Amino acid sequence: MTATATSTRRPAPSRRRKHTDRGMDRGFRYLSVGAGTLILVVLAAVAVFLVWEGLPAIRHQDISSVVGWIPAGGTLWTVIGPLIFGTILASVVALAIAVPVAIGIALFISHYAPRRLANGLGYVVDLLAAIPSVVYGLWGVLVFAPHVKPVWQFLVDYFGWIPLFAGDEHGNASNPPRVLMTVAIVLAVMILPIITAVTREVFLQTPRLHEEAALALGATRWELIRMAVLPFGRSGVISAAMLGLGRALGETMAVLMILSPGLLYSWKLLVASQQQTIAANIAAKFNDADEISRSALIATGLALFVITLLVNMAARWIVSRNKEFSGAN
Amino acid sequence: MATASTALAPTPDADALRRSLSTVDRRRRRKDVTMRVLVYTAFLLALIPLVSLIWTVLANGIGRFNIYFLTHSMRNVYGGMDAGGVYHALLGTVLITFWATLISVPIGILAAVYLVEYGSGHLARAVTFFVDVMTGIPSIVAGLFAFSLFFLIIGGSSSRSGISGAVALSVLMIPVVIRSSEEMLRLVPNELREASLALGVPKWLTINKVVLRTAVAGLTTGVMIAIARVIGETAPLLLAVGTTDSINRNVFSGNMMTLPVYVYQQYAAGLVPCRPGQPDCIATINYDRAWSAALTLILVVMILNLVARLVSRLFAPKTRA
Repeated sequence: MTATATSTRRPAPSRRRKHTDRGMDRGFRYLSVGAGTLILVVLAAVAVFLVWEGLPAIRHQDISSVVGWIPAGGTLWTVIGPLIFGTILASVVALAIAVPVAIGIALFISHYAPRRLANGLGYVVDLLAAIPSVVYGLWGVLVFAPHVKPVWQFLVDYFGWIPLFAGDEHGNASNPPRVLMTVAIVLAVMILPIITAVTREVFLQTPRLHEEAALALGATRWELIRMAVLPFGRSGVISAAMLGLGRALGETMAVLMILSPGLLYSWKLLVASQQQTIAANIAAKFNDADEISRSALIATGLALFVITLLVNMAARWIVSRNKEFSGAN
Repeated sequence: MATASTALAPTPDADALRRSLSTVDRRRRRKDVTMRVLVYTAFLLALIPLVSLIWTVLANGIGRFNIYFLTHSMRNVYGGMDAGGVYHALLGTVLITFWATLISVPIGILAAVYLVEYGSGHLARAVTFFVDVMTGIPSIVAGLFAFSLFFLIIGGSSSRSGISGAVALSVLMIPVVIRSSEEMLRLVPNELREASLALGVPKWLTINKVVLRTAVAGLTTGVMIAIARVIGETAPLLLAVGTTDSINRNVFSGNMMTLPVYVYQQYAAGLVPCRPGQPDCIATINYDRAWSAALTLILVVMILNLVARLVSRLFAPKTRA
């Protein structure tokens, strides 16, 4: 009697529960798919808004007459060109300084330092990656720049024949040294922790057997690194470098605080008022800009957006290509 | 090994053989030593600026870093007055970051759930790809986006507000949250999901009560680190939120101050031209405030990072019962 009662009663609640469960299941599924789709929407919105807000300046016939910082008779492109040049120059110099040093630190932590010291150092590097860029900028302009002038003068005196280190018309490095080289060094210091953190992770993942095989063949420490660690970590190092490049391209505050800006296609790293980067230019002018001037700044922001997109896609492409052909896999 | 060496030790031939096997020829050794020196040099070279940075922020910032500094705003502070603090900026940073977290965390975690639990096919691949792309958005572009969005919606001069800054920070924060959450969700063993589903628990409950519950420590750590990453952003807040000297508790209207912008603004204000012999005028007051605010900012970031580490250590899922 009771058995039949329960057996007749049972299906009803379970069917009802199943019904609501299916509804909840579907609801939750839609919710999470929606969140995923939202990412695409946001990214598209960023692109659409930049284009939309930049269009008035791009289509304006006589932009130099309404925007004060565009030289007379020029178009938007006479400004964007040097800005792109300055942005890429600063980032590439910073990257050229940071990557070898970062690889060195990562190797030190992963293969040279004693284990206990290495753990602590890894933690310190992670913390340094979190220091805000405005603090690096403050340090760069108030502490680093005053000390670096003699070094730049030395470079001009002895290596002035290299176009990058050419002096001004009097053959001097600029004083105060608010020059692109100072910016590049500060940028390098800033992206050092992030490149190191990623590179170290990759180096630590080198298969133990590869290392032991190299050692068994009589390899020295360096040969072990060159034969086992570096080939395995190559794609990781490249993606770390690209990550750092992306950071450097978009970095605003350090450049804004240190660099004396100019709008020239100039390779002179040690002379002031030659180059400017897109991000710093926007931050310097945006809050005082009227509508058309703001539109021009947003158009330069669009250029920066496109450049960083290209860099990121290139990084992904390099990483995926290297993964296929790397001997380590 | 030990027996072999004792067996070989007496004969002089074996000694020579051992020496030749255990030493490296000079050219290879020189290269090894050179690279070792280079690696050590790289490490020491990098330490110089980083140590100098920490030291100068501490040494210059500690002087004004006190309760007064933390509890007063810059309202009615001018010239070289020995006054003024960071309260309004601290409040702004906390409120804006709170709203950014409120926007980013649900979206980020749900998107990660989508990628791990539901995702397959074109949409999932597109989301994965564009999350990577989004990670590379320059912060100033996020600021431009938020400003344009709110300028279009609200219009006019009142379009700057705390929530606009929170939206800008969310654009930067969401991909970081997705990345770390995705990793954490993938760490949840499949057996747990299968066991739950086999007991007849519907999928959404399995995700909520089993998967997310197991990964909660990792998720929290990821969120804290994402917060620490965006809390120091300056440029987007400079564009989208503006600056002010007074306390503004309302995120939905009016300019707000934030710590990184405060550091920049105090630096940009520069040295104060004091008349000689003026007793209550400090020439370097703006720089002093900038250093102290930088110290405050670094402390906030460090504390967040430490808490994140503690959380992940304390609540790490126990692998063995």
